[in-house]
Amino acid sequence: MAAHLSSGRVNLTALREAGRRELREFLDKCAGSKAIVWDEYLTGPFGLIAQYSLLKEHEVEKMFTLKPGRLPQADVRNIIFFVRPRLELMDIITDNVRREDRGRSPQRDFHILFVPRRSLLCEQWLKEQGVLGSFIHREQYSLDLIPFDGDLLSMESESAFKECYLENDQTSLYHAAKGLMTLQALYGTIPQIFGKGDCARHVANMMIRMKREFPGSQNSIFPVFDTLLLLDRNVDLLTPLATQLTYEGLIDEIYGIQNTYVKLPPEKFAPKKQGEGGKDLPTEPKKLQLNSAEELYAEIRDKNFNAVGSVLSKKAKIISAAFEERHHAKTVGEIKQFVSQLPHMQAARSSLANHTSIAELIKDITTVSCYCIGFYSFPTASEDFFDNLTVEQEFMSGIDTDKVNNYIEDCIAQKHSLIKILRLVCLQSVCNNGLKQKVLDHYKREILQTYGYEHILTLNNLEKAGLLKLQTGGRNNYPTIRKTLRLWMDDVNEQNPNDISYVYSGYAPLSVRLAQLLARPGWRSIEEVLKMLPGPHFEERQQLPTGLQKKRQHGENRVTLVFFLGGVTYAEIAALRFLSQMEDGGTEYVIATTKLINGTTWIKSLMEKLEPAPF
Amino acid sequence: MSRARADEEEYWHSSKFRAFTFDDEDDELSQLKESKRAVNSLRDIVDDDDDDLEKVSWSGEPVGSISWSIKETASSSSSLEGRDTSQQKGSSSYAALPKQVSSYSLSSLFKGRNRLPSLPSLSDAFSDTGVKNYAPELRRPKAEYKDYSNDWSPRDTVRRMQRGKVCSLERFRSLQDKLVLLDEAVAGHDGNVITAVLIFLKRTLRREVLFRELEVRQVALCHLIHFLKETGEQKLLLDLLRFLDRTEEVALSQYREHLNIQDVEKKREFLKGCIGLPFSAEDISHIQDHYTLLERQIIIEANDRHLAMAGQSEIFRKYPRKASILNMPLVTTLFYSCFYHYTEAEGTFSSPTNLKKTFKIPDKQYVLTALAARAKLRAWEDVDALLTTKNWLGYTKKKAPIGFHRVVEILQRNNAPVQVLQEYVRLVEDVETRLNLATKYKCHDVVIDTYRDLKDRIQLMAYKCKVERGSAEEEKINSLLSNMQIRWKN
Repeated sequence: MAAHLSSGRVNLTALREAGRRELREFLDKCAGSKAIVWDEYLTGPFGLIAQYSLLKEHEVEKMFTLKPGRLPQADVRNIIFFVRPRLELMDIITDNVRREDRGRSPQRDFHILFVPRRSLLCEQWLKEQGVLGSFIHREQYSLDLIPFDGDLLSMESESAFKECYLENDQTSLYHAAKGLMTLQALYGTIPQIFGKGDCARHVANMMIRMKREFPGSQNSIFPVFDTLLLLDRNVDLLTPLATQLTYEGLIDEIYGIQNTYVKLPPEKFAPKKQGEGGKDLPTEPKKLQLNSAEELYAEIRDKNFNAVGSVLSKKAKIISAAFEERHHAKTVGEIKQFVSQLPHMQAARSSLANHTSIAELIKDITTVSCYCIGFYSFPTASEDFFDNLTVEQEFMSGIDTDKVNNYIEDCIAQKHSLIKILRLVCLQSVCNNGLKQKVLDHYKREILQTYGYEHILTLNNLEKAGLLKLQTGGRNNYPTIRKTLRLWMDDVNEQNPNDISYVYSGYAPLSVRLAQLLARPGWRSIEEVLKMLPGPHFEERQQLPTGLQKKRQHGENRVTLVFFLGGVTYAEIAALRFLSQMEDGGTEYVIATTKLINGTTWIKSLMEKLEPAPF
Repeated sequence: MSRARADEEEYWHSSKFRAFTFDDEDDELSQLKESKRAVNSLRDIVDDDDDDLEKVSWSGEPVGSISWSIKETASSSSSLEGRDTSQQKGSSSYAALPKQVSSYSLSSLFKGRNRLPSLPSLSDAFSDTGVKNYAPELRRPKAEYKDYSNDWSPRDTVRRMQRGKVCSLERFRSLQDKLVLLDEAVAGHDGNVITAVLIFLKRTLRREVLFRELEVRQVALCHLIHFLKETGEQKLLLDLLRFLDRTEEVALSQYREHLNIQDVEKKREFLKGCIGLPFSAEDISHIQDHYTLLERQIIIEANDRHLAMAGQSEIFRKYPRKASILNMPLVTTLFYSCFYHYTEAEGTFSSPTNLKKTFKIPDKQYVLTALAARAKLRAWEDVDALLTTKNWLGYTKKKAPIGFHRVVEILQRNNAPVQVLQEYVRLVEDVETRLNLATKYKCHDVVIDTYRDLKDRIQLMAYKCKVERGSAEEEKINSLLSNMQIRWKN
């Protein structure tokens, strides 16, 4: 089940195991049969920690989704609410509890498990509603860092960026620091900490403080990580705005991956078995789990989409050949041999079928042909996806960033989705170190007139977050940053990449470039550029007892944990994995983040929530 | 696994995904009945082993995953009796306590330190969900868990709260004590605790004092603002922002309120009140426009609803309104007015020209919207008039601020006849675009004329097969090709 977590350099199963144990401990505390009422958002992250079977072993007999009204019938001794600490959820719980039939027997006990943190504000709220006393256990489950894959951890805190950069609420940083302390408790003290940005500085300070105040944390575990790199998302606002062009990145851009699951339109997925045949084509979305447990997916997820087709074709051939073997199986022994391999082959076949379907779905939308001959790929009809990409790439390579863009205007006129418009305008603003007054005013006006004046609130948020801004001093330092960090590569090789820029077909993500340059030759070489980027950069060392200091074997890679504060994209993850795999790289990366994001989910998190229009 | 690679690419092209459609009923495979039976029995074995192979329901949810189980357990009415097992609270957790040190648990990570003499130390700062919560009796004397102890320092109080314990803050009476407490909370960076302290301060301090002290404590201030927004204490929030002189925020925050007003009349009144607020210079005109637009929409809506009900107006009969125009964006309103009120004089509120003038809608935007509306009604003369300009000598000329390729696109989307389309395709300036559009929409004349102008004989000849046999177009091509006066470039 969790084999993929132990496949990487760092065995993350231990972290998952710790989470499971804590869950069991809580469940056992509420003696007797139980029903869990779930805040629906949490089921995804919890699914990465535990299966239903674990809950069942601990007498969880029923599970419901949290919603207002009367709680469903269930003959259980305990009702446990698993919720995020949010006031609107407290209102629902209050409603549930109030409607509980007091006369029923046996009575049911109520408990709350706050995830990831118990909230005094919420409890105050429940108290004011007069229901706080109804809860016997009020606990917290610190689901700080959830293992997503062998090299990937996420806090899945969707509002972290907004809280840090818009509301100045650093609570999520506190959780990040706590998560890092837990990680150090499991995997040893990380001797070196580097960071860039205000939030990074805060987290490092908190870690140092926590360590100082808690001498017991000095553990005797041999350190697994050599270096921790803390990066603020606002050091690199550009990367998430661009369209990701890796296979996984595109799946996320188009269909949205949530807690490693993706929901796809069912048309391309025929029913799995003949036995179930006769039914009509399914209308429910097809849900698939995507992680490195699937061999084929692990191989193609981080490739540029233009390189996926040829891998699929190779696999198809290999599997066909394997199935052909059956013709040569003559003796019972040979048949047996063949049969013994069947489950594996069938799994490989269905995996291949799934990804061929997904690749087709993506191809339909991107209209970039995945038929590849040699190193050339032929983008077919210049449909919208391609136009959009062209504009993005122009901006990123520094072309015409200082005037109103025709394509953006056209998109507004055709009322394309507002998020798409905002992504492009913000991208232009970031690539121009702010827009000229005239240009900014023009965009704002067009957006408000076309999408509604109330969006002035959203525009305001984007300005506060620095995504949209006025160019001050008339200076644009993006070209300097671009050149020094080699963010734009003209000769990109999508099939056999030699540089991280392949993940955006030309643009090398700034954040990952910083990580790359830190490993070699070190940040001293780019002092000037670092000063242009927001926030301080720093280095801290954590003392290790002499016995734990590492004596590096010759040729042994260093392990660096890169923590993205405010979110990371799949393309950035792909770029770091690419660096890990470089033969002479010398560094392997494990990635942690507050949330897995893409431009759309990111912008959405910054938009003002507008009530549905009353018509 | 590396087989001959040479023809792999070709294989991918030629073998139409044959590889992915292995059929279990396949003739060839059915010869291997025995193996098939084996496969099935094998599948059973494999499927039973949850740890090796996940079961996946059609929706893709692994069977046994939490979200899958919610549906399952909620729908099936389990007959299991809610039994109380013999376990008693408190002691029940004993069994679940980590037995070996090697099996990590978040809560047991720091177990060792419990034996440190420095209790109640800060050492358990990380064990929030930890040991004591689950099995207090086993870990330390009961007294430690009482909240009402009076001698916690501000520092310790904050620590305890960080661990998720509810502490009474009442004993912090003096302003000095309260501020120390707040500063400690801020230093801990835990928003939960900061907010809890702020709730306490808000209740026990005079407003002016609270505001004054927060002004010099930016972090705490941000938390209070966030908290007030979340709990909807709008009045206190505005007072605070005003005190801080953050006037723009006051304005925006107040403006935000309009989203909660359903009644349009009330909303209009509210927006009117917003106009006087201290917005930034750029924003104020937008707010003004928002108000003016809603005011207009209310008038238009009342009028048109009446018209539509009376059934006198042909346009409303023929194209019944699908929704009210209230609260729609400006451009949508302009489209609506171009659709239903195109010919009205500038004096009426609902006329497109009036909207254009009032809201200073740029030419481009206006033409685009009007064009879309008129094309939808297939009013081709209006389209023609819209794109025709007269210069001072009285000559007319076609002009499209949005570019004729866009005009063609819009007309085509509304199924304009070829004659209409042709006229505008011809006006597309860029030759390549023009050829593309003309070919795509079968405006043969334009294609032919363009190739003639390009003196491209080969293309013209190639195009001959795209027009109908014996048509006027074919004739035209033939006559051009035989025209000796044209100096073909190829």
